[in-house]
Amino acid sequence: MANIQDLGIAGIRGGIDSGAFTAVEVAETFIDRVSAAKPLNAFLVETPDHALTAAKAADEAKAKGETLGKMAGVPIGMKDLFCTEGVPTTAASGILEGFVPQYESTVSANLFKNGAGMLGKLNLDQFAMGSSNETSAFGNVISPWRRNDGGNTDITPGGSSGGSAAAVAGRIAPAATGTDTGGSIRQPAAFAGITGFKPTYGRCSRWGTIAFASSLDQAGSMAHDTRDCAIMLEAMAGFDVKDSTSLDLPVPDWEAALNSDLKGKRIGIPKEYRVDNMPSEIDALWQQGIAWMKDAGATIVDVSLPHTKYALPAYYIIAPAEASSNLARYDGVRYGKRDLPDGAGLQDMYAATREAGFGDEVKRRIMIGTYVLSAGYYDAYYTQAQKVRTLISQDFDKAWEQCDLLLTPTAPSAAFGLGEKSDDPLAMYLNDVFTVPSSLAGLPAMSVPAGLDGQGLPLGLQVIGKALDEQNVFNAGLALEERAGFVAKPEQWW
Amino acid sequence: MSMTESTYRIQGATGEWEVVIGLEVHAQITSNAKLFSGAATDFGAEPNTQVSLVDAAMPGMLPTLNGECVRQAVRTGLAINAKINKYSRFDRKNYFYADLPQGYQISQLYHPIVGEGVIQISLDDKDPDAHGKAIGVERIHIEQDAGKLMHDQHPTMSYVDLNRCGVALMEIVSMPDMASPKEAAAYVRKLRSILRYVGSCDGNMEQGSMRADVNVSVRKPGDELGIRTETKNVNSMRFIQQVIEYEAQRQVDVIEDGGTIVQETRLFDTEKGETRSMRSKEDAHDYRYFPDPDLLPLELEDDFIFDCKASLPELPDEKRARYKTVLGLSAYNAAVLTAEHETAIWFEELLDTTDKPEKIASSAANWMMSELFGALNNMGKSIEESPVSPAEAAELLGLIADGTISGKIAKQVFEIMLETGDGAAKIVEEKGLKQESDTGAIEKVIAEVIAANEDKVEQYRGGKDKLFGFFVGQTMKAMQGKANPQVVNELLKQKLG
Repeated sequence: MANIQDLGIAGIRGGIDSGAFTAVEVAETFIDRVSAAKPLNAFLVETPDHALTAAKAADEAKAKGETLGKMAGVPIGMKDLFCTEGVPTTAASGILEGFVPQYESTVSANLFKNGAGMLGKLNLDQFAMGSSNETSAFGNVISPWRRNDGGNTDITPGGSSGGSAAAVAGRIAPAATGTDTGGSIRQPAAFAGITGFKPTYGRCSRWGTIAFASSLDQAGSMAHDTRDCAIMLEAMAGFDVKDSTSLDLPVPDWEAALNSDLKGKRIGIPKEYRVDNMPSEIDALWQQGIAWMKDAGATIVDVSLPHTKYALPAYYIIAPAEASSNLARYDGVRYGKRDLPDGAGLQDMYAATREAGFGDEVKRRIMIGTYVLSAGYYDAYYTQAQKVRTLISQDFDKAWEQCDLLLTPTAPSAAFGLGEKSDDPLAMYLNDVFTVPSSLAGLPAMSVPAGLDGQGLPLGLQVIGKALDEQNVFNAGLALEERAGFVAKPEQWW
Repeated sequence: MSMTESTYRIQGATGEWEVVIGLEVHAQITSNAKLFSGAATDFGAEPNTQVSLVDAAMPGMLPTLNGECVRQAVRTGLAINAKINKYSRFDRKNYFYADLPQGYQISQLYHPIVGEGVIQISLDDKDPDAHGKAIGVERIHIEQDAGKLMHDQHPTMSYVDLNRCGVALMEIVSMPDMASPKEAAAYVRKLRSILRYVGSCDGNMEQGSMRADVNVSVRKPGDELGIRTETKNVNSMRFIQQVIEYEAQRQVDVIEDGGTIVQETRLFDTEKGETRSMRSKEDAHDYRYFPDPDLLPLELEDDFIFDCKASLPELPDEKRARYKTVLGLSAYNAAVLTAEHETAIWFEELLDTTDKPEKIASSAANWMMSELFGALNNMGKSIEESPVSPAEAAELLGLIADGTISGKIAKQVFEIMLETGDGAAKIVEEKGLKQESDTGAIEKVIAEVIAANEDKVEQYRGGKDKLFGFFVGQTMKAMQGKANPQVVNELLKQKLG
């Protein structure tokens, strides 16, 4: 029997089911892990009572012989982009400091309905804008991973779901929610050596999730393995009348249909994802992934996604454009921070509040977004970017004529040291080069931990599927996982 | 319908000027819930008691479209014979203000739900068809209203009331087809009438359910369009006309003094009766419109549009035509009775009490316009609040028609009905107001009158025809007004020879 702290969702479910341990023991284990992990700064708020209450409910339900929910007794970490009733929610921004929602996001409510408890709210890049967690107003998360050079350089957990990735990788939480706008689940999952799954746009309701870029934001699961991601996503997803963009479709039983036999499946390898200056280790891992896919019975097809190089620029127009409008509500009038200088009028209050409340990266994106939507520039930027978005979707549609799934690296590098890229926004934006196209097309995609680089840091492979075809993405992820045999975990230094 | 050229001109130092007017009318859609939230929309509720999480723009809140508001906009479009756009979309209009929690208004800039339509206006109540004009409607789109700032609640602070925030509006944009204050007023009146017939807006301008942005420009007859100004949020028929008069004269003065008109937004000062500049084009907001990513495009099915069409009542123009041709009303009566839907409903309920409506239509119309409207006006009541119901009125009119009472007595009976709420027949019975048509009784009285006034009889017979009225009066007086005037006339003529 493994330590409880090393268990994931399925493991906890099995243990509670067999009576090996109680849900309360699980909750207590992770509550202790959370309070011992303060140096990682992964949690912004700790909610041990919530986790314990859910655990007791699970134990009582089991004692009564009731059927347990999919997530019964599993204490999870909640990215602090999900509004949680009665629990402070800030999106890691100073502008929401002190904000306590009186409502529960649909995703968190679904998870709680399925029996999950909450250990606390997880740190992230401010308003999910960032790839390193360094834009959090409450200090960055530090990855539990360290380079194998004997040094103690703090490593980024990735972003924006960096708190989620660090918590799962550090065995502080067995699973965590994430959100992905341009790679915010997959890149940190790759950096932290865990599994992260972003479903088709619309699978998870966005109601109660603080918006970054509405047409791209999508919640997903972050856990130790594919099975756990499938279980958790089933518990999160579903149609919601309160979100007009949510999909009115039943949630499949992905876990039950998991099957790593890829016979008959065609895996596309997009040539445009072979970018300049990509470390040879990542290319080698990609080749290894191809071999694993073949081993699982799949055939490999070379495909082209010709507009890939325009994806990043288009993304950095569309996402900031939407963000500039979505973040207008943080004005100091109704909730959150208000900075009211002596004798200030309304405009002064807006300026002072937003100046003090928003971080630099958030301001940068608001300015970019405001610019690209302004009169005289709209057509040159926003309209063009939307056209590119259509072309990128069409690229994928054409690829699906030749293949069923795509295999790519998740990120163009392993995790970097904190501070190494924070002065260079463009270098930072490049982190998303492999994840952004599938976000623009709204496709399901996941990152599977597949190996370590020379510095001992994790690398991930990405599987991208057709819209609504989460099942085959999970199946391919499972096939990779079985062959990669990724068991490395960070040594506890905190 | 014949078209009427406006002869309205501003007399300037350099000659005559034409005025060109376009109106953007904001009409609050009648609906129990807001456009994108379930919050209530009652007028006059305590501040901030009709505010949902969505209206307050709490983090993570999303709009969901209220189908009833869509239905009302489509019905309105159909009522003005407009093109219904089966594909429309919502855009965000971004600007900061404390009454706009989201920091943007959800509107429809690029793809409005309703396209071009037309509204027939009349410039002469006596004969609308002889003096009509067609005013083009460019589009109707649906959008959210903003909240309200309250500046009188605290010495140094302004308070925000979000009750109105998110309430559904239709913006009905006319073509620049109006040429006088009178035409603009006629347009707003007709639009209001249509909206109230359709039931898509209560048209209550005092409560702000309907308000207009007034676009005005001037030009020398036959010239190209001049530069226009837009005066915002004008909330009465009278103010709309004042704005046009003031603004047209101001523009003429500016141009004739060698100045130029700047395209700008203006405000109307209702106390001074003047418009003044709010912001010029250079300072205009850049609203950064873009499609709202929280909402899917709105796609309408043919069946939905068909059902909207089927649900429309008979509209004022059709009704007016029918009143003239089928019921035989005068053009004026038909116009007055159809202007307000409630009036037409009342009238038709009255007609419904008989199976030959065309027989009583004219007398009923005349009675309503002369007796009922006057009485309601004196009481300060609307027709819906009339203390006398259409059925009760029908009873009264029936007594006149069958000769039971005279028109004169009917006035008296109606007054008693208003006071007591009793039915006409009961009143006539109890008060003994029944008309005397028995020739024997009348002849007897006439004989007495003639006997008592022999000198006048002689004068009459000598050619003083006018004295006939004297004999009628004396006879009626002697019979306490209850004699059938027709019978009195006939018998008097016989007896006086």
